[in-house]
Amino acid sequence: MSKPAAIEGRAASQPALWSDYLQLLKPRVMSLVVFTAATGLVCANQAINPLLGAVAILCIAVGAGASGSLNMWYDADIDARMRRTRGRPVPMGKVQGPEAAALGVVLSLFSVMLLAMTTNWLAAGLLAFTIFFYVVVYTMWLKRWTPQNIVIGGLAGALPPAIGWAAVAGEAPLNAWLMVLIIFMWTPPHAWALSLYTSEDYAKVGVPMMPVARGAASTRKQILIYSLLFVPICQIPVFTGLGGPAYLAVAALGGAVFLLLAWRVFRSRAGDAPDERIEGEDRLYAVRAGSKDARNLFAFSILYLTLLFAALLVEHLGRIAPLELLK
Amino acid sequence: MSESHDTPPAPPPPTDPAAIAKARRGRNIALALGLVAFIVLVYGVTLIRMGGYVASRPL
Repeated sequence: MSKPAAIEGRAASQPALWSDYLQLLKPRVMSLVVFTAATGLVCANQAINPLLGAVAILCIAVGAGASGSLNMWYDADIDARMRRTRGRPVPMGKVQGPEAAALGVVLSLFSVMLLAMTTNWLAAGLLAFTIFFYVVVYTMWLKRWTPQNIVIGGLAGALPPAIGWAAVAGEAPLNAWLMVLIIFMWTPPHAWALSLYTSEDYAKVGVPMMPVARGAASTRKQILIYSLLFVPICQIPVFTGLGGPAYLAVAALGGAVFLLLAWRVFRSRAGDAPDERIEGEDRLYAVRAGSKDARNLFAFSILYLTLLFAALLVEHLGRIAPLELLK
Repeated sequence: MSESHDTPPAPPPPTDPAAIAKARRGRNIALALGLVAFIVLVYGVTLIRMGGYVASRPL
């Protein structure tokens, strides 16, 4: 496990803008966290003051942002060598490594303490655990050590619905953990589909993503296996009372498409090196042919998860009387 | 593949003092707004959390 010491020592050559610090918080990841946490909060079907609910969501989002900042501090050495991440503020020298670390620690403390003050210690404890799991267990330990990094580390990204639920209800029942399980099982086929056509970057820096460590064929098979487990799990909320007819329609139809796309990836050559005998434009086409199936699954996986949670959100929002919120 | 593909882009030359001052001012304003927002949030949350109990306490 290497440390980003070389990056920390680099002198800043450009003045850091406030937007560079915002970029450390990974705003796109934060938006997904806000969406899933808000769904968990609404699905608890309990009254909460709108301001307290909004502050709870803000705390969860800031906690996720703090994790992102700590991740960018620790991973600056490999970020600097990957095409996808070399433009981040720390490798670019705009923000010093220790500054990113300090921002992450301060925001972690503020978000956890404010969430405890606003809601309850269960929600705050789950948020603290999520930050710890993402930074220490995933970033510092699993990411550079095992191809199962995103399988286990995916728990950190899956927890926000349970935090949202706990924030309003003071408990995290089975249905809250069902939402966590859905995101947890969604992560491997989603991330591996992406890694099938970006594995060169990971191989270059020695991160053992599945296509790098086990090969593309094994990754395609595991994508299919996880998809076969994931889609039935998405149907369970219908039987536990969490999801209604709209959810069932989305989960069943979208699940069928998901399985079809996963099957196409399994049958494709996504992630394989092109045949050495093919030359010129044909060689280029051979690479693209396989990648297209992986890109399709990656894009649809985002749409499917979004639609699943949107269906839950809409169904449960319909059950809340607006005046109940103000009690 | 040559080594140059693996190295990050070279940092641009140092910028002028005016740009540094402008960037610092932008950061300071963002920090001030963040702190004010935090204070307002804590104030609002305290009012909501304590409001009912303060109003119904025995006098």
